Amino acid sequence: MLTKPIKIIVPVGSLGAGVREEEIEYGLSQGANVIATDAGSTDSGAAYLALGISKNNRGSVKRDLTILMKASMKAKIPLIIGTCGQAGGDKNVNWTREIVIEIAKEINFTPKIAILYSEQDKAVLKQKNENGLIFPLPPLGALDNNSLEACEHIVVAMGVEPYTTVLESGVDIILGGRTTDTAVIASYALWKGAPWGASWHAAKIAECGAQCCVSPTNGAGVLLSIDNDGFEVEPLNVENQCSPDSVSAHMLYENSNPFELIEPGGILDVTNAKYVQCDHRKVKVTGSVWKEMPYTLKLEGAAIGRYQTIMLIGIQDPKVLSRLDEFHDKLLATLNERVIKTMGLNSDEFDISLRMYGWNGVSGEKLPENTPPPREVGILFVATAQTQEIASQMAKACNPYFFHFPIDLDEELPSYGFAFSPADIDRGPVYEFKLNHVVSLDDPLELVRIKLLQL
Amino acid sequence: MTTINDVCRHVRSKNAGPFWITFDLFFDGEEKFKDYSTSSSLNGELFKKLFGADPATVKHFTVPSLNMVKISYGRSSPQGGEIERDMHAGQQFVRLLDVEIEKRAIKI
Repeated sequence: MLTKPIKIIVPVGSLGAGVREEEIEYGLSQGANVIATDAGSTDSGAAYLALGISKNNRGSVKRDLTILMKASMKAKIPLIIGTCGQAGGDKNVNWTREIVIEIAKEINFTPKIAILYSEQDKAVLKQKNENGLIFPLPPLGALDNNSLEACEHIVVAMGVEPYTTVLESGVDIILGGRTTDTAVIASYALWKGAPWGASWHAAKIAECGAQCCVSPTNGAGVLLSIDNDGFEVEPLNVENQCSPDSVSAHMLYENSNPFELIEPGGILDVTNAKYVQCDHRKVKVTGSVWKEMPYTLKLEGAAIGRYQTIMLIGIQDPKVLSRLDEFHDKLLATLNERVIKTMGLNSDEFDISLRMYGWNGVSGEKLPENTPPPREVGILFVATAQTQEIASQMAKACNPYFFHFPIDLDEELPSYGFAFSPADIDRGPVYEFKLNHVVSLDDPLELVRIKLLQL
Repeated sequence: MTTINDVCRHVRSKNAGPFWITFDLFFDGEEKFKDYSTSSSLNGELFKKLFGADPATVKHFTVPSLNMVKISYGRSSPQGGEIERDMHAGQQFVRLLDVEIEKRAIKI
């Protein structure tokens, strides 16, 4: 039982997106006990885990961290960052750790730091798989060792337990590897004995910062207040509001099920949750339920696939624009033939895709008949092959045809608009998520490495 | 004919992790929600036709408190592969807008 509410500043949807100093000041003035945010997600693709790099630039992460570390130092409250460096692999975490150490020196802060690593050793996971402790999530099937082998980096998405463990030892800053967004935010409240349903639900509502507010762009963060019968949420920007609709709608966001959220060790069930406006800015939520389940952690793995080279042209010629689908099909057939003839590749060893932006570039689907022609299209050429060198050679082989392909063979060769020379751009590999599985554990800390650092 | 765009005030799509895409259909008021939220048009076959989804993975939830329906499907290839054209799946909802929607409810 809590003797007073736990107040959590969730400063921003994701570290590096732009913390606002005046919002943090407001949160501290309301008696905040902790600052917690994630610093990444799988949303931007597998590249960040495969390469161990951040999506954000170093300067924007350093700026946000500086504001938050100053607040943590001034108010003597913990700062918790999860999924460091976008993907939460060891390289991503260490990149963030270096920035934190640099800032600490600059602002004369000597915090005790806990670093929670969640990257996994393939041999350990293979053993778990052989012991029948790894289970697929739909829509994937059983895990085979080839999928593990294919991954550059594999992480587990941690729950709250590693966080509550290091909070117990009195740390000022926690830098977590991959963690569920919600666990990062819920951990402090659960450590203090707050109710599980309210804590997880509050964390889910706040995980994208001001996204749960009436005006999601007017401000960056929110303040949570968790007590024994539920939680309250309000924007950190005093000019913004939360409403029952804006708050309850966020439970739907990026979640395949609107009533349940599966987390390590249980399921948050909000079927009977009530959302009530308490004042013009705050919403109170009650009735959230936590159902305990056997403890599992979700695995995420990123692999390097085939390589791509791209080229781009713009077309304004009305004759081509009035026959775009025909142009696309003729050009694609010609380019495929050109690659087979000049490079000696088999058709199953490469792929060419032509994406007509301004026509059907996003869907790739045929448009309804009688769709009026656009005024201009951009056609993106994407060559995919086993190596960068092959993809690059494909683009070079296709270059004269892609830039000068006539819609009718008897006309003089046109030149379509291209902006760069050389025109082909090696894009690197395609990065792919490989795993959608959970590992079953008795001890929530078994796959986590904890390092303590006193600056 | 009535389309999804005619009866919804807001329709959106988004990844729900790399292996799922989810659609939120916010109906324009309680009456339209009652008339159309369990429409037989919003079936697994529609998602097969528009997105190549396996109908067996299509999940349909009604959320009366928000007059909305959530429909999610499991992807045949995960986010970000060679053929990816919409990394966040944020434009996928557009294909739903012009779909004709029947008032008749799904027979259970």
